[in-house]
Amino acid sequence: MATTDLNCSEFHNDQIATLSTHSLQELQHPVVSTKVFIQRDYSSGTLCKFQNKFPAELESRLDRQHFEETIQTLNNLYAEAEKLGGKSYLEGCLACLTAYTIFLCMETQYEKVLRKVARYIKEQNEKVYIPRSLLLTDPIERGLRVIEITVFEDRGFVPTS
Amino acid sequence: MHLGVSESMRECEYSQISTRSSTPMETPFKKKIPKKRKWESFPGRNKFYCDGRIMMAKQTGVFYLTLVLILVTCGLFFTFDCPFLAEHLTPVIPVVGGVLFVFVLGTLLRTSFSDPGVLPRATPDEAADLERQIDVANGSTGYRPPPRTKEVVINGQTVKLKYCFTCKIFRPPRASHCSLCDNCVERFDHHCPWVGNCVGRRNYRFFYMFILSLSFLTIFIFAFVITHIILRSSHRGGFLNALKDSPASVLEVVVCFFSVWSIVGLSGFHTYLISSNQTTNEDIKGSWSSKRGKDNYNPYSHGNIVTNCCAALCGPLPPSLIDRRGFVYLDTPQLAPPTNGITVYGSTQSQQSHMAAATPLLQQQSSEPVIITASPENGGALPSRTSLGLGGPCTSLPLGQPTPATSTASLSCQESTDMLPVHAHAHSHNHSRPLQDQVAHHHFLTPEDLPSPPGMLPCNTPLGHSHTVQAGFYNPASQDSLHEDSVRGLVKLSSV
Repeated sequence: MATTDLNCSEFHNDQIATLSTHSLQELQHPVVSTKVFIQRDYSSGTLCKFQNKFPAELESRLDRQHFEETIQTLNNLYAEAEKLGGKSYLEGCLACLTAYTIFLCMETQYEKVLRKVARYIKEQNEKVYIPRSLLLTDPIERGLRVIEITVFEDRGFVPTS
Repeated sequence: MHLGVSESMRECEYSQISTRSSTPMETPFKKKIPKKRKWESFPGRNKFYCDGRIMMAKQTGVFYLTLVLILVTCGLFFTFDCPFLAEHLTPVIPVVGGVLFVFVLGTLLRTSFSDPGVLPRATPDEAADLERQIDVANGSTGYRPPPRTKEVVINGQTVKLKYCFTCKIFRPPRASHCSLCDNCVERFDHHCPWVGNCVGRRNYRFFYMFILSLSFLTIFIFAFVITHIILRSSHRGGFLNALKDSPASVLEVVVCFFSVWSIVGLSGFHTYLISSNQTTNEDIKGSWSSKRGKDNYNPYSHGNIVTNCCAALCGPLPPSLIDRRGFVYLDTPQLAPPTNGITVYGSTQSQQSHMAAATPLLQQQSSEPVIITASPENGGALPSRTSLGLGGPCTSLPLGQPTPATSTASLSCQESTDMLPVHAHAHSHNHSRPLQDQVAHHHFLTPEDLPSPPGMLPCNTPLGHSHTVQAGFYNPASQDSLHEDSVRGLVKLSSV
């Protein structure tokens, strides 16, 4: 239990550090113009899924295609995390038998996927979003409620890519 | 507390990069500010131990009682009954007893100490965005209270998502706000004073394992103590003599006898809930009961009992969303004026949301450079939530006090919020009840969809901010007073 939480907080901090350093280095005068929030889509129940609706505020900045691809990939990753299958049952049973001490040495399926999500978001930021003065925030930072896209003002920006 | 020099070094670098303008107090002070962990500024009414690793509800008295009961009964069993049984029957008995005992304790501690699935509150920007959307949807006349529900179709069933005034989010399906802990919890089952925590998505399986193993343990101890007394009386020639030899057995029998009815009943009830994939809340409200309508069914059920059980007990365990041991970072780009980084709590948050509603936030903010660096004032100003002195009598749930259901029926809210009766656990007068009333044996507070009690009557609390703020902008004065009244009613009920 302790290790799990430590991992979580470490990777939150790492991620913020990386994102902030990254974005702040690339944007000379970062001024936040607006924030767009992509809400959760509950039509499939309580599974973690985000709405694929393209927000109007991003129309001038981003292709619909890029946006939809990002959201779809994220949704797929979260679906993988919550998937009920042989592997997750095995992990659950094993954990129960070892009185959950196994999580001191092993990561849960969910945590592994969250790392993947963090890497994907970092990559998307570098390739797609930061060059367009946008910044994706990992939904885990917002309690998996929203995907926050920060729109920076396009002022004095020099793309590094 | 500190992760070491590297963290503070990194922070210094941040502030240097981001400092282009604004506040004079930054870098020189940065190094001296002790790093705060997020749990220290957690807005809910929880208690944290071991530097954020352990999380419990505020009232833990009953949890200690549970612990004492289990430890004392098992201790007496191992000390007085086991030697005789091991000698005269088989040494397997103490071994099995020991295994059960360890399992019970482990699952109890795991249930009590883990995060039940608390949803972190909305950041000021999110809250502002939501409120804007609500205003737009409402036509923003300003006087009519805006709709606070969203409807969503899940697997063919229409489910209403309610807006939580305290957490400023639309609650996901199956989530509910616990008034005792003042948090929204995912897949909220109930708040259990016996384990001193809410039971929600992340600790439901541990809770179930706890009551199941405790049922086995109580039956086990009960059976073997009786066996012990019978064997001893046949050896010693007399029932009373046997009792004199082993007086502890009497106490054990009494405790186990009364526990068996409630615990076994509760296990049965939760087994039913798991197999039909319902929460206690949904079952009590009859949300998916066929009595509500012909087409009413549970959209969350996987279809068959086995899948439902596997999903509940062996499904993937989601991580904690509140990141209690993370550090509060103070220099993330923010829209709102001086806030404390990613997570903003307490009075600061309500001020921000107040401003957000009152002013066109975006136009106001875009002209300012908004990379916020730490200032010692902000760092110090965060109220330490864990040390809130809310009065004890408000939130204590005493035992043995049956709450009349009729008193809750009179509390009604405009918004069709549900006030659920507080069931009291009374050892003495629940035995005569039929089996379907087993749920009443368990002393729990089922969730009510009200905003958190802002003015817990005798207790003066800074949580009152959120209440006054919401009364301020929407002016649903009558709605709020109804909420307050019903909340007061609940508080009175619980403090009977």
